[in-house]
Amino acid sequence: MVRVAVWGSLRTATDGAAEVEVEAATFKQVLDALARDYPGLAPQIERGVSLAIDGVIYKESWFTPVRADSEVVLLPLMAGG
Amino acid sequence: MALDEHQPREFKVVGTRPLRPDGIDKVTGRALYGADMTAPGMLVGRVLRSPHPHARIKSIDTSAAKKINGVKAVITGADFPEVRKGEARNVLENCIAFDKALFEGHGVAAVAATSAAAAKAALRSIRVDYEILPHVTEIADAMKPDAPVVHQGFVEENVPAGHSENVITFAEYGHGDLEAGFAKADRIVERSFRTAATHQGYIEPHACLASMGPDGKADLWCCTQGHYAARAFCAAALGMQESQLRVTASEIGGGFGGKTTVFIEPIALMLSKKAGRPVKIVMTREEVFKASGPTVSSESDIKIGMTKDGRITAASAQLRYQGGAFPNFTIHMGSQSAFAAYDLAAVRSRGLNVLTNRPKQAAYRAPGAPMAIYAVESVVDELCQHFGLDPLEVRLMNAARKGTKSSYGPTFDDIGLIATLNAAKAHPHYSAPLGPDQGRGVSCGFWFNFGGDTSVSLNINFDGTVSVVEGNPDIGGSRASISMMAAEELGIPYDRVRTVVADTNSIGHNEVTDGSRVTFAVGLATIKAALAAKKEMCARAAKMWGIDEDAVVWEDGCAKPAGANAGDHDPMPLARIARKSPSTGGPIAGHHEVNADGAGVSFGVHLCDTEVDPETGATKVVRYTVFQDAGKAVHPDYVEGQMQGGAVQGIGWALNEEYIYGPDGRLQNPGFLDYRVPVASDLPRIDTQILEIPNPGHPYGVRGVGETSIVPPLAAITNAVSRAIGTRMSQLPMSPPRLLAAIRGKAS
Repeated sequence: MVRVAVWGSLRTATDGAAEVEVEAATFKQVLDALARDYPGLAPQIERGVSLAIDGVIYKESWFTPVRADSEVVLLPLMAGG
Repeated sequence: MALDEHQPREFKVVGTRPLRPDGIDKVTGRALYGADMTAPGMLVGRVLRSPHPHARIKSIDTSAAKKINGVKAVITGADFPEVRKGEARNVLENCIAFDKALFEGHGVAAVAATSAAAAKAALRSIRVDYEILPHVTEIADAMKPDAPVVHQGFVEENVPAGHSENVITFAEYGHGDLEAGFAKADRIVERSFRTAATHQGYIEPHACLASMGPDGKADLWCCTQGHYAARAFCAAALGMQESQLRVTASEIGGGFGGKTTVFIEPIALMLSKKAGRPVKIVMTREEVFKASGPTVSSESDIKIGMTKDGRITAASAQLRYQGGAFPNFTIHMGSQSAFAAYDLAAVRSRGLNVLTNRPKQAAYRAPGAPMAIYAVESVVDELCQHFGLDPLEVRLMNAARKGTKSSYGPTFDDIGLIATLNAAKAHPHYSAPLGPDQGRGVSCGFWFNFGGDTSVSLNINFDGTVSVVEGNPDIGGSRASISMMAAEELGIPYDRVRTVVADTNSIGHNEVTDGSRVTFAVGLATIKAALAAKKEMCARAAKMWGIDEDAVVWEDGCAKPAGANAGDHDPMPLARIARKSPSTGGPIAGHHEVNADGAGVSFGVHLCDTEVDPETGATKVVRYTVFQDAGKAVHPDYVEGQMQGGAVQGIGWALNEEYIYGPDGRLQNPGFLDYRVPVASDLPRIDTQILEIPNPGHPYGVRGVGETSIVPPLAAITNAVSRAIGTRMSQLPMSPPRLLAAIRGKAS
């Protein structure tokens, strides 16, 4: 299991939990599991999200491995100037 | 990207300051910008824009325009095929209205004619029947439950109840127990702030030339930060296959985020399709102000608690941004970055994004961050001033560092904030005496930096020179830095490498030039492409020597036998391998395609001295120094230029620049006479100090440097002015009338 931190305004979809656990070994599996186990997160995932894995922000890197002890933080998709 | 990507090394080319490759073209006028493109039979395109900030379009009668001599095409939003929902639809609707004009200047029709006079006459003859609707341009007004609804259908599922339908996005970040944190504070300051919408102020207006043939194949030349994104938006708008639309980016006269999308390109393409001839559109400056993408404006409420020795015990922010009549992500980035410079046990930022009858915001260097960090850094300074504490010492005490759980979630790796703060503290500027009516301000700044999809091809020419082909318009010196990294990796002089920006059909996909990504991501791909070319060159040398290719290494621009068992061969330089390449297997090239991650965040610290004239309220910036972590400065001239440019744009934002809307919802100052950007005579020399804390995610340690520098000036200048006049300022711009009112208010 991987612990995933979700940002505050998404916690209506996680019964208020700041972190949730999902069964996943990669970036893509984390997102799929979040959308499946917490359907309220699906609209935001559809709009676009990133994952910070052990401090590095990954944008669409499906096969980036995630370990059970990884720090995983869900983040919105970002844009720069 | 692996975190162990960075390996310490001695550089020979990287870190030097060769002449900029675009310099001669730009100073002699040889460089071709968007408006310089021409084609045989080219028509003049013009856009009819709404005079109303909010109006339903009941009908558009273009019959008279079509009869004007020289008019070859007239279009409205109805000419475009139905685009599904999402950003592609929003971008198109921002270019040309469908059923409602959503802001003053919104395109409602367009013409193509053989002359500008004919086009102008055609625009005058178009009859638009508007039903004028109530409008709203200010955040507070747009949030009221009974406010006019600007644009329906965008409210996200987690927006708290109680607001109007204009409040579409809710963002919240943070951790810890705020209540317990504030209880530990010796003083809590709560203050509200406002910032005006500003424009990137690029000198080159938007311009494009579109040409579509009867077979549906099309070419588009435009000034853009991202021609692949322009292709995607335009292809979606016209229902084309992307392969049939080739987009070439012109030289660019400034972008700063404002050219990351399209405003006229789909219109030019549709006009060309209907006219069967090339069509050029060049925006006027008034159109640029009214119908391109300024920043968000903001309101914020900040609350910070501090102990008397300077420890921040808790911090919270409530942010409200408006970015025009369409959704954007900017409120998220503001909420995430507000407290990123601090290591806090209890922190919370909440943000709301609000629709208004203004043009769709576009990015402007570190979008969302300057407004939020301005407010936070102002309150930190106020607390420092109250306790008589050194503002740099307080920031050092509370600074984010390696291992800090950031206010937006992830734990930081190696970051350069402590180093930049120490550099500022040690700099002579910080201890220099101040004169009468002068104050000194300090602020930290932060930006995330991105990587993203990137393609590079590196070709070894037969004469021993190297051509690098990449796909990101050069807005800040990237062609130089890419050539330097190629030369470094290959071990050849810089002047043997030329980097060009290819069109969309010549190389694989590239994300927009944004997010301070290009020197990081394109540089990374260039190094990997050079590694691939070196591997092939070693293999060719091995063939010529008749030894195993594993027995050859690349050093100092030459293939060399590795060890005694490889035989006694003189080093073979790149030029010889290149010259013999037709005989040894054909042309040699390396290429690399990657979705680059690991960009590494960037921090900066700005010091600013201002002098305020108590009689007029006019502010003069008398000294300014920028400290910023560049990871590794590939071409320090350009890095310093980015640092200086951000500071200058921030000075304009802090002191003068402002979108001013009247009660009629119309922009009052759409020109550089009334929207005043700083010019050279307004400015002191902007001193710079580059820090180099290597980014673990890049082979040379590079971090993006293009955006962080616009973040600190707003608060650095505010803090300097507030200390100079003895009262805290909380609204930007700090124009002379506003400052004079504050000074007089204090006196009374």
